[in-house]
Amino acid sequence: MTGEPVISLRGVTAELGSRPVLRGIDLTVHRGEVVALLGANGSGKSTAIRTIVGQVPVSGGEISLFGTPRRTFRDWSRIGYVPQRTTAAGGVPATVTEVVSSGRLSRTRFGLFHKADHTAVRHALGLVGMADRAKDNVEALSGGQHQRVLIARALVAEPELLIMDEPMAGVDLASQEILAHTLREQVAQGTTVLLVLHELGPLEPLIDRAVVLRDGCVLHDGPPPRAVGQHALPGHDHVHPHDEHTPLRTGLLS
Amino acid sequence: MDFLNYAFMQRALLAAVLVGITAPAVGIYLVQRRQALMGDGIGHVAMTGVGLGFLLSTSPVWMATAVSVLGAVVMELIRWYGRTRGDIALAMLFYGGMAGGVMLINLAPGGSNANLMSYLFGSLSTVSESDVTAICLLAAFVLLVTLGLRRQLFAVSQDEEFARVTGLPVRALNLLTAITAAVTVTVAMRVVGLLLVSALMVVPVAAAQQLSRSFAATFAIAVAIGVTVTIGGTITSYYQYVPPGATIVLLTIAAFIALSVLAAPLARRRARAAAAGRPAGDPAECAIPATRGAADEVGV
Repeated sequence: MTGEPVISLRGVTAELGSRPVLRGIDLTVHRGEVVALLGANGSGKSTAIRTIVGQVPVSGGEISLFGTPRRTFRDWSRIGYVPQRTTAAGGVPATVTEVVSSGRLSRTRFGLFHKADHTAVRHALGLVGMADRAKDNVEALSGGQHQRVLIARALVAEPELLIMDEPMAGVDLASQEILAHTLREQVAQGTTVLLVLHELGPLEPLIDRAVVLRDGCVLHDGPPPRAVGQHALPGHDHVHPHDEHTPLRTGLLS
Repeated sequence: MDFLNYAFMQRALLAAVLVGITAPAVGIYLVQRRQALMGDGIGHVAMTGVGLGFLLSTSPVWMATAVSVLGAVVMELIRWYGRTRGDIALAMLFYGGMAGGVMLINLAPGGSNANLMSYLFGSLSTVSESDVTAICLLAAFVLLVTLGLRRQLFAVSQDEEFARVTGLPVRALNLLTAITAAVTVTVAMRVVGLLLVSALMVVPVAAAQQLSRSFAATFAIAVAIGVTVTIGGTITSYYQYVPPGATIVLLTIAAFIALSVLAAPLARRRARAAAAGRPAGDPAECAIPATRGAADEVGV
């Protein structure tokens, strides 16, 4: 944990509507670390992640990314973001390749794709084991395959930092294994990871540090709570793998 | 093909083709972001522009462009800042725009609701030289945006939050989409009319989706359908004494129904091919829920 700080939060507060969701969070993620944000529903995990990527305004405190205050940070291609999947469905069909390509825009000028960009898209699909589904409509995918596409979309810009909001929620075990394998390779190459998790699951061996939130405050910051198991966390809510036969409907991809 | 000898038909066909291309090209992004009826809203607002054009004795096309661009920007601003009652604000904008148009055109010297009819439902045969010039310029702008920025617009319409974290100028792109939609409405105004504009933006896209799996194919097929129905409708209305705008829209809906019927067996065949091509079908994924469900209840 000697690397420079990649993400740094100092006394960050945030409100959704008039309800305080974060009440002064301190969090530092160093280069090369894999940090899991844990906590019950409503503890502020997702809000914390979304303040870091600038999707929720902060009402106090400071956030910096790669040593730059977030307000002036523009180097977005260094960050790969995997948002939480939503349930709204979009209006027009799109293929796996088309969706993953949109993650490469941060590396292109005026959205013009060169040979290297197309290669990067194919490579990212290979990383998550979806190369054979490149031309399929994303609406035809299962929940787990869908999540793999979203992760490929984040990896295609070859980021130094991966920020993921519940990448394992609603993902079948087979896809969880593939995702864990993908993540392990990324971490081995030096990628820094901050992810929201409901339970450590197959990612447990990868996690360097766990930060547990409760009511918008940091409750625990240290080694992952292995001894008691993730199921002993306060307000634990088990997420079951989804039935693979039900195609996922989502606005993020469809 | 004797209709090609008439100058008014040449102008009508040129305008119709340009509308057939541009309306679905913008409409696809509106459909993707589930704002399919935005074109309809802009059409209502554009009426005030037409009324203003009559009142000030300037070109109704350019005045409608100015007012509908303004209306589209206001709609986009309401979407950003509007909280719970955004829909009420939009309703006021729509109906205010419509009522304003009717009022202004009646105040105009020599103006009556009969003038308005040609803008409400289109009047292809009265498209003038200067209209054609305006339509060509506006169509060029629409194509430049919808094709040139297709990757950016796709990303923003697909997943706005992700697009923002990619560093794309999401607000600027949203404004540009709204402005482009407004421009398209005024391009299509003379051909199908303000009240039917939205049909040409949405229905070809919906019809194309019956056949396609990708965004690129949906785009291409929608434009092909758009051009086919606008040419078909214009020629039909030349030979039969029927209004072109309504003919074009009814043809588009017919295309949608025909493609839906055709697509059903295609989708079944694709599903069968997919099942046959992947016999194992990721067996582990399929097997898990059944075996894990019970274990979770007792074991955890």
